[in-house]
Amino acid sequence: MRTAFINQLTEDAKINEKIFLLVGDLGFSVVEPFAELFPERFLNVGIAEQNMAGIASGLAMEGFCVFIYSIANFPTLRCMEQTRYDICYHNLNVKIVAVGGGYAYGPLGPSHHATEEIGMLRTIPNLIVCAPGDPVETKAITAFCSRTDKPCYIRVGKAGEPYVHDRKTVLNFSLGNILEIRKNGEIAVFVMGAMLKYVTDFINQNEIESSIYSFPFIKPINKTQLLKLFKSYKKIITIEEHQASCGFGSAILELMNDLLEEGNLDSPPMIKRIAIHDKFYSVAGSQEYLRKLAKIELSENDFKF
Amino acid sequence: MKLDTKSILLAKAIRRASLEMVYNAKASHIGGALSMADILAVLYNDILHVYPSNPEHSDRDRFLLSKGHACSALYATLALKGFFPVEDLSSYARDGSILLSHTSHHIPGIEFSAGSLGHALPVSCGLALAAKRKNAKWRTFCLLSDGELDEGSNWEAILFAPQLKLDNLILIVDYNKIQSLGNVKDIIDLDPLNEKFKAFRWEVLEVDGHDHKLLKNTFLNANNLNDKPKVIIANTIKGKGVSFMENKLLWHYKSPSKEQLDSAIIELSKP
Repeated sequence: MRTAFINQLTEDAKINEKIFLLVGDLGFSVVEPFAELFPERFLNVGIAEQNMAGIASGLAMEGFCVFIYSIANFPTLRCMEQTRYDICYHNLNVKIVAVGGGYAYGPLGPSHHATEEIGMLRTIPNLIVCAPGDPVETKAITAFCSRTDKPCYIRVGKAGEPYVHDRKTVLNFSLGNILEIRKNGEIAVFVMGAMLKYVTDFINQNEIESSIYSFPFIKPINKTQLLKLFKSYKKIITIEEHQASCGFGSAILELMNDLLEEGNLDSPPMIKRIAIHDKFYSVAGSQEYLRKLAKIELSENDFKF
Repeated sequence: MKLDTKSILLAKAIRRASLEMVYNAKASHIGGALSMADILAVLYNDILHVYPSNPEHSDRDRFLLSKGHACSALYATLALKGFFPVEDLSSYARDGSILLSHTSHHIPGIEFSAGSLGHALPVSCGLALAAKRKNAKWRTFCLLSDGELDEGSNWEAILFAPQLKLDNLILIVDYNKIQSLGNVKDIIDLDPLNEKFKAFRWEVLEVDGHDHKLLKNTFLNANNLNDKPKVIIANTIKGKGVSFMENKLLWHYKSPSKEQLDSAIIELSKP
């Protein structure tokens, strides 16, 4: 996914000379193609994320479209106040990119597990929050973020994530799009980010009758599209590599409640949330291992009423 | 008439307007507003290239006030220089007013909303870098309090600016030696502050922050493009200009009574 991100950003930067990339001394063997092509629009600011977010704000105030890139919690939680106040309150053209979403850097431990940042970021006004599901979606989200002048957050995995969409597909997102991956039956799985491959494999391999939707945008989510889905399914399973509180599933519940309260939805579907339940895991483990440990997994029982 | 008379009169007007604003709003932070009044007067009278009728003019110098809590003095300066009507100052901190009691970028002439300390200097580095990348001639000025140098984010920026040779960045420290709960030297001592900046490869200038002639000369001396960012350590007195407020921690918080306001204004009216 990070390769898809940098390739797309490099393509966009060829056309848009305002694109600037800052890194917090991370991105070895990722950011080099961009740095070589655009040395005047690339800068390693050192291991100083608060300063990086501030510098990005200053550059954006002068018309640049600034991407800041680092791992997991560093460009997000470490500089949360700069994100809220400098970037989002001033509504600046800054895109925060975190690699290593969820347990992608599993064995590196909780310091490198990005499992709370969606919850924190999605409460911040003006910020668009994105978590693409595979390299094709990553390309499309990157292109989307290059085009908008709003502040954005992009959660990506690491390198080598498998494709879910056909690798030649070119998606063209508009804000809040929900993607139909597969339509089948009365149950649907709503997927946030890089869990997408796991979900499609599980459903295909077990020949389960279920629809799958990918949510590359966590905020905002297209409400009209969502309402249609609420009306179409009796049961919805949300799955995310994130804490259950204030995460993707919470966003879905909030929106469902709003639609009910507004009188747009009569009989709400049952919603099962699969997420991390208020825990840190301090054992080494691959992403797959930690997902199992945190019980972020589907079972065949989930698809029974 | 001496050359610096105009800025001295401006400083008096800034002090008077600030006092009235905090009195009317029953607001805090008059001490830190008074300590930087002379710096603002000299900057806006003699140094900054700004365009009050076109605040977003692309060639303007960028001025960022990091100690946003002392904004009454900046609002007064901007109004007195014609960025917005002086009458608007009476809405300071009132319900529905855009004149928040921390700087707001929604006000003409204000580049950046501060309030949380340690934010404006990194942003100023971004502005100075943008000017370098665009070959623009304007400069970035950033005014910090001494207490906020406790914030680590400032030191990230202080490390960064010389690395990028941001000689178009001028940092001013309003060194009034009193922070929120006491004397700077008793909380987190900054001394020797000039040596710290020198060690971080900044060009360091030190000045009496209330002497207009010296302030003006120091700003003019900070003009050279020698690859080094500039820091002007302005030695100031918290509450300067109102004798009963000078060097008193109390005036970080308290707003003056009517009697105190009147007495302060009489003192400021003396030649």
